[in-house]
Amino acid sequence: MLTILFDGVAYGMLLFVLACGLTITLGLMNFINLAHGAFAMAGGYITVVLMNRYGVSFYWCLPIAFLVVAAIGLVLERTLYSRLYSAPHLDQVLFSVGLVFMSIAAVDYFMGGQQQLIHLPRELSGRWEVFGVGIGKYRLFIIVICALLAVALQLALTKTRFGSQLRAAVDDGRVARGLGINVPVVFALTFAFGSGLAGLGGALGAEILGLDPNFPLKFMIYFLIVVTVGGTSSITGPFLAALLLGIADVAGKYYVPQIGAFVIYAVMVLVLILRPHGLFSREGTR
Amino acid sequence: MSSASETLMSSTAGKPETTAMALLRRRNSWRAYEIVLWLIAFAMIFAMPSKALILTEITIVALFAVSLDLILGYAGIVSLGHTAFFGLGAYAAGLFAKHYFAEPVTGLLVAGIASGVLGFVTSFLVLRGSDLTRLMTTLGIGLMLAELANQMAWLTGGADGLSGVIIGPILGQFEFDLWGRTGYIYSLVTLFILTWAARRLVNSPFGLSLKAIKTNPVRASMVAIPSRHRIVAVYTIAAVYAGIAGALLTQTTSFVSPDVLAFHRSADVLLVLVLGGVGYLYGGIIGAILFTLLRDWLSVITPQYWMFWIGFVLIVIVMIGRENLARWHTFLPEPLRRAMTRIANWRPGAKIGGSR
Repeated sequence: MLTILFDGVAYGMLLFVLACGLTITLGLMNFINLAHGAFAMAGGYITVVLMNRYGVSFYWCLPIAFLVVAAIGLVLERTLYSRLYSAPHLDQVLFSVGLVFMSIAAVDYFMGGQQQLIHLPRELSGRWEVFGVGIGKYRLFIIVICALLAVALQLALTKTRFGSQLRAAVDDGRVARGLGINVPVVFALTFAFGSGLAGLGGALGAEILGLDPNFPLKFMIYFLIVVTVGGTSSITGPFLAALLLGIADVAGKYYVPQIGAFVIYAVMVLVLILRPHGLFSREGTR
Repeated sequence: MSSASETLMSSTAGKPETTAMALLRRRNSWRAYEIVLWLIAFAMIFAMPSKALILTEITIVALFAVSLDLILGYAGIVSLGHTAFFGLGAYAAGLFAKHYFAEPVTGLLVAGIASGVLGFVTSFLVLRGSDLTRLMTTLGIGLMLAELANQMAWLTGGADGLSGVIIGPILGQFEFDLWGRTGYIYSLVTLFILTWAARRLVNSPFGLSLKAIKTNPVRASMVAIPSRHRIVAVYTIAAVYAGIAGALLTQTTSFVSPDVLAFHRSADVLLVLVLGGVGYLYGGIIGAILFTLLRDWLSVITPQYWMFWIGFVLIVIVMIGRENLARWHTFLPEPLRRAMTRIANWRPGAKIGGSR
């Protein structure tokens, strides 16, 4: 029981790191980016290639995955995404679905369609028994990293100069420009950072979530749930939503496997009917 | 359009209702390109009997895209889960034929009603919220149905699909043959009838009010258009259409697999519609022809990776801009362009107002 709760928390934390970049692009910048999972997949595959082909240590793979994916995100943002910020939502959907299709086929071409495996360092595998609760070491590692990230993000967004600039740019781009904030640069950096986090999440989650070319489609709905259910007012909303989703998914798969993911989708639709702007949103946001 | 209606106003400066009637009748009259398109489609029965299978596929995709055009092009609802109705129709037709009655036209009606009911119920969900909420709810409903079809293996056959569907002769007269000729004629006639009905619908005051809601919902409600009722109605009708398209697929292939509910179908049909152009019904049909030929060609040259190029086409379309694609003819030289406009807008019957 508590073991499931623990696994659920780890899973939810992972979802939060994966999805929090999307919180900003989709929730704050109002760009429907269905291709967010492709960035996460890139992070996962970078880890797999580095570890299995070049023998790089797992701990080094994480920052590398973050940086490389952030760079990819920056390039894509500057060349393609930035032209579509004010485009109709239909265009954004088409564009990002196209990107997903391309990434799936490209990964399939280079890496093959099979599930990829990584070998965790020895000190991270195995589990402890604490008062009858099985605590996987790797899951504890994930929880610690993700919790640190969540706190850091919250502080960065509320306390730093860049955080205030971002919030200003999102709330009213024109006024922010008028105050001398370089809005495109702020957006580009944020997008790159969000993509990098997705890459990091993909690298961390390669072992738990499984990694194959269909990753972006399989988890697209989970990221979207985190953002829409969590609302977009702060980091806390998506964080709680991700935790709830993680626990509900793990518990659902354990106790009622025969109905599978049905419950999650049903709950999401229900939440959206009752609170179209998400569970934890301030009223009157865009 | 506005200049045409102004000349119309001045020339028939009579009662407003006669003017409105004339305008509606004018919109509803058949254009030359439509007649040519249908003649070619029916000529294909004799011209390319060996290609009947791919022609059937085009017809089904076209009907599905017409259905999406009703809600996207006329009501402005972006849906990522339209395949829910397609898949439900496919399963309804398959189960109905397997367990109750093998006659296909009845099956079409049953599938249409089943999808229509689902469409009616779920239409209340798309009334609320922003584009994002609508996307999520439509996507969620599509995924829920896919999950159901997968889990209810006792009913649907699960991941293996529903096999053992035997379809009887159409109206007890025409047997489905091995080469798919009957199937093509059957699908084409269905598409023709439904497109004709959709034409009537979108060129009626109802269709105009939908366009008004899409363009400016606030102003539409100020001229007393009941936008909620209209959206519910068109969403239900579109669901019926999609269900019938799904049923056609089941009946012509005698098989249903969970693939009919897969997400990529919803994305494909969006691409189809965007290739052909949104908001004039024939976009779905033209897009279906382009898309099926493109996919057929790609899957010959890169059997495994055609998805990459489909994605590439999507991105290119968005980057060029859909509105630029829609006015490709404006880049032609002037005389050619004028000739094309005249041919495309030629229609039988008396001219009203000045010629455009």
